[in-house]
Amino acid sequence: MTLTTSFERPLVVTKRMVDYPNDSHTLERYRATGGYEGARKALGMTRDELVELVKESGLLGRGGAAFSAGMKWSLLAPARPAYLIVNGDESEPGTFKDRQLIERDPHQIIEGTIIAAWANEVNHAFIYIRGEYAKPARRLQAAIDEAYAAGILGDDVLGTGYRLDITVHLGAGAYICGEETALINSLEGRRGEPRLKPPYFPAAIGLYGQPTIVNNIETVSNLPHILVNGVDWYKGLGHPEDTGTFMISLSGHVNRPGNYELPHGITWRQLFEEVGGGIRNGNELKMWIPGGASAPWFTPEEHLDLEITKGAAAGAGSMLGSGAVIVMDETTCVVRAAERVVRFFAHESCGECTPCREGTSWLEMILRRIEAGQGRPIDADLLLDVSDNINIGLTFPPRQTTICPLGPSATSPIMSIMNYYKDEVLQHIELGRCPFS
Amino acid sequence: MTTEQKTDTVKITVDGLEMEARPGDLLIRVAQDNGVYIPRFCWHPRMRPVGMCRMCLVQVEGPRGPMIVPACTTPVADGMVVDTQNDTVAKAQEGVLEYLLINHPLDCPVCDRGGECPLQDQTMAYGPGESRFVEEKRHYEKPIQISELVLLDRERCILCARCTRFSEEISGDPLIEFIGRGYNTQVNTFPNEPFRSYFSGNTVQICPVGALLGAPYRFRARPWDLREVASTCPHCSAGDSISVQVSQNEVLRLLGVDNPHTNQSWLSDKCRFGYEFVNSAERLAAPLVRGSDGELREATWVEALDIVADRLGGILREHGGGAVAGLGGARGTNEDAYAFSKFMRTVVGSNHVDARMDDAPASQFLAAVVDRARIDDIDSAATIVVWGPDLKEEHPTLYLRVRAAATGFDPNQVVSNSDGLKIRRPGARLIVMHPRRTGLDDVARHVLRYRPGAGGELLTSLQAGDHPEIDEALAAGPVVALVGRASMTEDPRLAENVAAWLRDKGAKILPLARRANTFGALDMGLAPDLLPGRVPVGEGFESWGEIPTTVGRDTRGILEGLRDGDIKALIMVGADPVADVPDSHLATEALANAEFVVAIDMFHTESTAYADVILPALGFAEKEGTVTNLEGRVQKVNDIVAGEGQSRADWSILDDIARRLGKELGFATAAEIAKEISEVAPAYRGITWDLLEWDEPMGAIVPYGDATQPLQYVPVTTSLPTVAAEMVLHSARTLYDDGVLMRHTPWLHRLAPGAAAYLHPDDAFRLGAREGHRVRVVTKHAEAELEVRLDETLHRGVVYVPFNQPDGPRLGSDPIVRVTAIG
Ligand SMILES: Cc1cc2nc3c(=O)[nH]c(=O)nc-3n(C[C@H](O)[C@H](O)[C@H](O)COP(=O)(O)O)c2cc1C
Ligand code: SF4
Ligand code: SF4
Ligand code: FES
Repeated sequence: MTLTTSFERPLVVTKRMVDYPNDSHTLERYRATGGYEGARKALGMTRDELVELVKESGLLGRGGAAFSAGMKWSLLAPARPAYLIVNGDESEPGTFKDRQLIERDPHQIIEGTIIAAWANEVNHAFIYIRGEYAKPARRLQAAIDEAYAAGILGDDVLGTGYRLDITVHLGAGAYICGEETALINSLEGRRGEPRLKPPYFPAAIGLYGQPTIVNNIETVSNLPHILVNGVDWYKGLGHPEDTGTFMISLSGHVNRPGNYELPHGITWRQLFEEVGGGIRNGNELKMWIPGGASAPWFTPEEHLDLEITKGAAAGAGSMLGSGAVIVMDETTCVVRAAERVVRFFAHESCGECTPCREGTSWLEMILRRIEAGQGRPIDADLLLDVSDNINIGLTFPPRQTTICPLGPSATSPIMSIMNYYKDEVLQHIELGRCPFS
Repeated sequence: MTTEQKTDTVKITVDGLEMEARPGDLLIRVAQDNGVYIPRFCWHPRMRPVGMCRMCLVQVEGPRGPMIVPACTTPVADGMVVDTQNDTVAKAQEGVLEYLLINHPLDCPVCDRGGECPLQDQTMAYGPGESRFVEEKRHYEKPIQISELVLLDRERCILCARCTRFSEEISGDPLIEFIGRGYNTQVNTFPNEPFRSYFSGNTVQICPVGALLGAPYRFRARPWDLREVASTCPHCSAGDSISVQVSQNEVLRLLGVDNPHTNQSWLSDKCRFGYEFVNSAERLAAPLVRGSDGELREATWVEALDIVADRLGGILREHGGGAVAGLGGARGTNEDAYAFSKFMRTVVGSNHVDARMDDAPASQFLAAVVDRARIDDIDSAATIVVWGPDLKEEHPTLYLRVRAAATGFDPNQVVSNSDGLKIRRPGARLIVMHPRRTGLDDVARHVLRYRPGAGGELLTSLQAGDHPEIDEALAAGPVVALVGRASMTEDPRLAENVAAWLRDKGAKILPLARRANTFGALDMGLAPDLLPGRVPVGEGFESWGEIPTTVGRDTRGILEGLRDGDIKALIMVGADPVADVPDSHLATEALANAEFVVAIDMFHTESTAYADVILPALGFAEKEGTVTNLEGRVQKVNDIVAGEGQSRADWSILDDIARRLGKELGFATAAEIAKEISEVAPAYRGITWDLLEWDEPMGAIVPYGDATQPLQYVPVTTSLPTVAAEMVLHSARTLYDDGVLMRHTPWLHRLAPGAAAYLHPDDAFRLGAREGHRVRVVTKHAEAELEVRLDETLHRGVVYVPFNQPDGPRLGSDPIVRVTAIG
C-alpha cells in the first residue's frame, strides 16, 4: 500500500510483494528480481566470515526476544550434524507478519534458509509452520519443490556441491510450540513442552540432542538483502542502535490496520497517525500493546512520543516482541481486555510447571468474576499477588518462577491495568458490574 | 563415570554454610547431603530432574543480581552463593504450595496418604492458613482403576511426572502419560491399555500425594497405625531391601528401601504386593498326622514329633543315614538352612540333601564361581551378557538395573556439568541369548535366539568365532555376564559351560537361580557336595564331628532313589517337588513310593498330599535371620508379626526331632545359630547379626576366595527333533505363576498369564491352528490341551509353554514334543 509519511520508508523484505503483488511468490519473479544472488554470494564465504557479517549488520531476531542473530550463530556447538529450524509458528496474538512473508515471498525464506544453513554447517533445515497456516505452508512447499527442481536445493545447491534439504512441518495448534525448545520437542514427536535451562540455547543441545539454530521467518528473510547490499546499507536503513527495518502487524482500533514494514526509530505517534490513519471514529487512544500479547501495555500519556526501538521499549518496561501492535481506544474495558489476553495464556499454558498451569487460570477466573460484577474488594490485591508468584516483584523482563516466559506473559496485562487503570478495575468491584456495559 | 566429569570439588555457600561438592552435582542434593533440606515434589534422587513443580525455588547470586531458580535443576558451580530461606524464597515457595492446593480436593481423611503425605507435611510447614481461592475446583471422576493393582485419583494429582518418568525411564513400559495441556493436564493411561506393568507399584510409592493408590492397601490402614521393620524380599534371589509394614499383627504393605547395591528403592509388583500369603486363611496352623485311615488329622506337636522321630529312627536303624534324604531350604533363612544342613549331616548322617529343585544349575557353579560379579558391576560394565532366564520374569529388579546400564541411564550422571550440558553416558553393549523375546531385547545391541536343546551348539559356534560382533563386544571390557538356566528343557550344565567360556573372555559372572535364598541355602551346605561356607564334602570340616564324606545325591538322584526304593524317607523343608521340579511325574512317583515323608511347610501343597506328617512353619515376617543374595550379599530379615497358629521356626522343629533321636543341634535361638555360622562357615566368618544391623545395614558380601573351584567344561547334551512331527518344548517361568506363595496371594495369582502353547505363526499355520485354537502337546510323560498364542519371536519348530501356571500342565524337562491341532 502506498503511504505518505513524514519519514522515509525503505522496503526490504516486502519490496517484491509490493512491486509485484501478483506473482512475487514465483521462482520466475524471484529470479527476475535478483533472487538467490545473496545465497550465491554466501556460498562463496566461510562460516566465520558469515557469522561476522551478520553480527556486524546488527540484525536482531524478529521472533520476539530480539537477540543478535550473528551472536546466536557464533554460539553453535562443534558437534555435527547441526540443524537449522526456521520458526514460522507465529502464534503470538496480534502477529500476522510471518504469514504474509510465507505466502507472498517464500523464495526469500528459502534463500535466507540456505544462507543460515550454510553459515551453520547444516545439511537439513526444518521450517516449522503454525498449524492453522495450511495454505501458506502449501505455498512454501510449492516454492521448495520449485527450488529442488531448479537445483537450488538438494544435493548440489546452486551448483556448489553443498547439500541442503528443507522439510516443512506443520504444528498442531499450540502457541507454546513457538518457544524454541517446545518447538524442538514437538518436532521430535514429544509433548510440546519447553525444555529446561541450562543449556540456555539449542545452539548447544537442540534437535535430537544436536546443536541447533532457531531463527524466525522474518529474521532469515532479511539475510539475502544483507548479503547482496552489504552491512553498511543495512545499518543505514534504521536507527543507529536498532538496524534495518521491521514488520509491524498493526491491529485494533486504528483506521488502517495491516502489516507494515517500517524503519526502526519512528515514534508511536507517527505509527498510529501516519501509518494507521488515526484512531477509529475519531476516538481517543486509550492504550496499546506494543509487541505482542506478552508485552506490558503503553499509554498515550507516557509513551506516545517514544521512539520505536528495542532499547526505548525496554527502557519503558516493555518490548517490541513479535512486532504485533494492538491498539485500544476509549471504548475498551481494561478488565475485559486483560481477561482476553490472560485467557489466551491460560489456554495455551502447556501445564508443565505449577505457577503457570494453576496461576494463569486462577488470574483468568478472578478477572472474569470482576468483569461479571462479582469482584470482591480483596480481588485487586489478589490479582497482583497471584501474579507476583509467577513473576516475582512484577517486573519486566520478569523474574519468573516458571520454566519458560509464557506464564509471566499473563502477568503483563495485570501489571498494565493495575498500573494505569486501577480505578477502572476498582470501579467494576464497587459497582458490581462492568461500567462499559 | 564419564571422562567429562572433573574429579575435583567445588565450594558453595548455602544459607551461610560452606559446602563441598562434586562440580555439576545438583544443588538440591548437595544441600541435602550437607543438612539443608529444600522442599520438593517432583525431584526424585533416582530419576532425571524435570523442574516441574517449582517447589524447590531458591535464590542464587548471579552476575546480574539474585536469581530465583529451582534447586533440583541447578548444577553447583564454584563460589555459588545460595539462600534457601529469605523472604523472597519463602514467598515463592508458599506461592507454589498455594497453587498446588487450590485444586487439591483436601480429602485427606479418606486418603491413604494422609499422615505420610509430602503435600500435607509441607502445607503444615509452609502453607497458608486458609484458601484465597473461591472458584470451583477442578473435577475428575474419583479414583479410576488403571490396572488390577493401581487406582488413580486425578483430583489429587499434582502433576509432578514422577510416575510418568518412572514408567518411561526406569521400567521402560510407558503406559501412563500426561494428556491434555495447561489447566486440563492430567495423568492417564492410553485407551484400552491398562497400566499393566510389572513395576506399577513403584509409582504408588513415589507419588508424592495419594493420587496413585495400590489396590491391595487401599483403605486398609492409616500410616500412624503402622509398625514397620526393615527386611529383605522373599521372592527372588536379588535380595531387594524392603520395609515391612504391619497393623494389628497383619502385614499390610511393603515398601522398597533404597539399597544402592541392590534394588535402589525399586520393587517389582510381585515383591511389593506379594505379602498376602502371610495372612492367608489357608496357612497351616497345627501339626497334621496321617491316620491309619489315610486321612490327615490335627495333632499336638508332641504327638507329631514323636511320630516323626519314631519313623525316622526306625528307618535309620534299619537302613542307615543313606536311606533318608532332605529337600528344600531355599525359601527360608540361612539359620534355618544351616540347621537343616546340620540335621542331615549330624543327626541323619546323609549327604542326600538339596535346596535346588532340579531347576537350577550345578551347586558348585552357583555357590562357588570365581570372578563373581557384584550387582554394582553392571553399572560400570562396557558389555553385559545375559544368557539365562528372562530377567524381567525372574529377577525383575536386576532387569531394571541392566536396562538402565544398557540405555545409559544413570540418575547420578543426569546432572549438568560445569559447561551446563546434560550428560548421558553411552549405554553398555547388551547381549541377550534366550529362546524367545525377553524384556531386555529392545535395549540390547545383540540378540541371539536359539532353540532350547541347541544352546550347546550355539555356544560351540560362539567359541569357534562364528559371531565376530559378539567377540568384539566381549573384547571391550569390563564384561559382566548374568548366567542361568534359560529353559526347564535345557541341560542344566549348559550354564556352567557358558560361564566358563565367558570367564575365559574375562567376564565377571553373576550366576542366576531364582528361589530367594538358594544361594544362602547352598552356602549353608544344602547341597549334596557342599558343607557350610562352601566347603566341599569330604574336605576337612571339623566343627560337626563325624559326618559322611562321600558326595550325596542331588534332587533328581534323591527322587529316583525314592522311586526305586533306595531311599526310604524324605524330609521336605518348604519344598514342593511336584510343582517345583520340572519332571513332575518323577516327583510324584517318588513321593508315592516313599516309606515316610515329613513336610515342614506353611501351606498344603501338591507334595504335602503325600506327607505322613506335616509340621506348620513360620514364614516371611515371622522370623528373624539372614539371607544371602546371588552376589553373596548377606542381609537381615526380621520378624514383625506373630506366626500363624502353632507354627514354629524350621530350626526349632528340627532341633526337637534331633533331641528325640538322641542328638542335639546345639543351639537354643536363631541368634545362636547365626553366631555358630559366623564361627564355623569359613566364608561367613565375622558376619554377625550385629554387624548387619549396625555397621552394614545394606548387607555384607561374603568373599568368594580360596573355596572356589575353577569352572569346568562339562559335556552338554543336545536334543533336537529327529522326525518332522516333533517340535522342541521351551518352558520358562513367568513373574506371576502357580508357585506356592503366589497361589496364596490372589492379587497376583490371577495375573499369571496362564497355560498356553506359544507357536511361531508359520508353525501354527502348518498345524492348521490359529490364535485361540487348541492344540494337543504330547511329551514323553505328559500331555495337555492348550490354547494357541502366536509368538513370532520363537524359532520355527519351538513351542513355548510357560512353566507352573494355574491349572497348567506339567510337561517335564524333555525337550522333544509332538504338537497336533484339535478339531
Ligand atoms: C511462549 C513463547 C512463544 C514464542 N513463539 C514464537 C513464535 O511463534 N515465532 C517465533 O519466531 N518465535 C517465537 N518465540 C521465540 C522463540 O523461542 C525464539 O526465540 C525465536 O524463534 C528465535 O528466532 P529469532 O532469534 O530469529 O527471533 C516464542 C517464545 C516464547 C517464550
Ligand atoms: S511457564 Fe507455562 S508454558 Fe512455560 S513451561 Fe511452564 S507451564 Fe509450560
Ligand atoms: S499421579 Fe502422583 S506421581 Fe503421577 S504426576 Fe500425579 S502426583 Fe505425580
Ligand atoms: S523439586 Fe525442583 S521443581 Fe520440583
